[in-house]
Amino acid sequence: MITLVLIELQKMFKKWRTYIGIIAIGLLTIIVQLVLYFTGKNFVDAQMRGMEQSFVIVGNLLNGYFIARLILTLLIIHIPFLVVLVGGDLLAGEATAGTYRMILTRPVSRLQVITSKFIAGMLYVIILLAWLAFLSLGVSLIVFGSGPLLSIGSGIVIFAENDILWRFLGAYAFAALSMTTVMFISIVFSSLVENAIGPIVSTMAIIIIFLIVSAIPVDFLQNIKPYLFTTHMSQWNNFFNDEVNYKEIYNSSWILLVHIVGLYAITTYIFIKKDILS
Amino acid sequence: MNSEQVIEVRGLTKKFGNLIAVNNLDLNVYRGDVFGFLGPNGAGKSTTIRMLLSLIKPTSGEMKIFGRSISKDRKEIFSKIGAIVEKPDFYLYLSAYKNLEILGKLSGTDISTKKLMSMLELVGLDKRYKSKVKTFSHGMKQRLGIAQALLHDPELIILDEPTTGLDPQGMKEIRDLIIYLSREKGKTIFLSSHILHEVELISTRMIIINRGTTQVEGTVDELLKTDKIKVTFEIDKIEDALRLVNESSWQNNFKSTSKNEINFELTKNEIAELNKYLIEKGFSVSAIIPVRSLEDFFLKITDGGAK
Repeated sequence: MITLVLIELQKMFKKWRTYIGIIAIGLLTIIVQLVLYFTGKNFVDAQMRGMEQSFVIVGNLLNGYFIARLILTLLIIHIPFLVVLVGGDLLAGEATAGTYRMILTRPVSRLQVITSKFIAGMLYVIILLAWLAFLSLGVSLIVFGSGPLLSIGSGIVIFAENDILWRFLGAYAFAALSMTTVMFISIVFSSLVENAIGPIVSTMAIIIIFLIVSAIPVDFLQNIKPYLFTTHMSQWNNFFNDEVNYKEIYNSSWILLVHIVGLYAITTYIFIKKDILS
Repeated sequence: MNSEQVIEVRGLTKKFGNLIAVNNLDLNVYRGDVFGFLGPNGAGKSTTIRMLLSLIKPTSGEMKIFGRSISKDRKEIFSKIGAIVEKPDFYLYLSAYKNLEILGKLSGTDISTKKLMSMLELVGLDKRYKSKVKTFSHGMKQRLGIAQALLHDPELIILDEPTTGLDPQGMKEIRDLIIYLSREKGKTIFLSSHILHEVELISTRMIIINRGTTQVEGTVDELLKTDKIKVTFEIDKIEDALRLVNESSWQNNFKSTSKNEINFELTKNEIAELNKYLIEKGFSVSAIIPVRSLEDFFLKITDGGAK
């Protein structure tokens, strides 16, 4: 299985589309960092306006943690677009190229092939988020330095310097779970067609539809909202609350995990039964 | 002929909705055979090969390779099979070497650089081993397809139209390679081809299928021997000869005439008898040209080819 996963990663990282996400994250992060490097003080001052009279703020608020938190908020909603570019191609790409015939006539089972694709897809999500973490957190800490984290959500919370890193780790881990769900949806669609465009568009359409459905204040739709994976994708924010609601995080994690296992099972069934006619 | 069956197919059927692509097909391929698999377009050849390689699932029927069921012992069986299914497709963004390396790893054997290069050399691609496959012509991809099929030294080699897209020299090289693999290396070859002359030259046994069903199966010699051969007699005094033929029992074998030629359909024995008869009647036969070939036999069996 390790060999198969390594082969999948080799193939993945020899394709240009794989680097679109990596380049996009790199560019966007650098742009945000540059903008905040030159205008960040004004931005922080605007957020803190009115608070100076009530609180004495000590330390550098425009620090690496603040930048990383801001970048995470800005980019996380766009990462699904980057993930499906790769996920949509994982199986459909083989069908388009006709290479199914080559790999499935080898002494490897279809279960092994599909599992290696899922693992490679999951690893890509992790690599993409690790890259985001490295640039937004690692580089920002080097450039902007450390300090307390000013977290702006439903209210303004300032976390002490020694209370921050684990929150980021939790947020990135949860984001990985969310994005893996997105990746797996795109692989399901990818197993059904012979062109990568369809899975990419279909997955994004599902995300957009679910988000719109969640936002419509109708009882019936609000009742199904807890079962939609999109409802749980933003749970990473919880790690930046003053009181982290672990129950909500566990609940959302389970729902996303059920989605992941279900999507894997459906795709495996489809793939094993599939007649390879391409 | 070795009696050990390498491929055994019984009652193989594949339906796509209402379309019956393969209908109750039986196949027997023995160790050491170069087995020609013939049929017009749409006869069910590729569907059969895809079923043999478990790319598509049969609707019904039983398939055994090396005496084992494909559904139960797929991994063991496939470690001994090399195949080209229709046109060879590769990862176009990877080099020839990288493609072979990946396929070698998928075959479960640790194939050395030396072995990979020797395979590329065998098919004349060693100078282009670093080139991405997207820069290859169809013929070069076909050669790479042969290399990947032989990579893990398989016992059974299934080749679906292996010479398509090759120039005459390339076709001859592949034919020679198949003969070498069969005779020198003892490989069993399952060869599907549209080029009937190719099958006639290198196959030991063959099957002709049409509309998904077996038309004939046997050794090439047997199949060609049992049928009448089209023969052209070049003869002088053509009008007198024609009159003689029409007045004799040979009129049943007469087919057509042109210039100084009369075409007959005859068995091998009848050719000698007719030649003797014409000479005895004072005619001068300058040439006897058999035009009988596998192509004629094929067209006859398949009602004129593709339907």
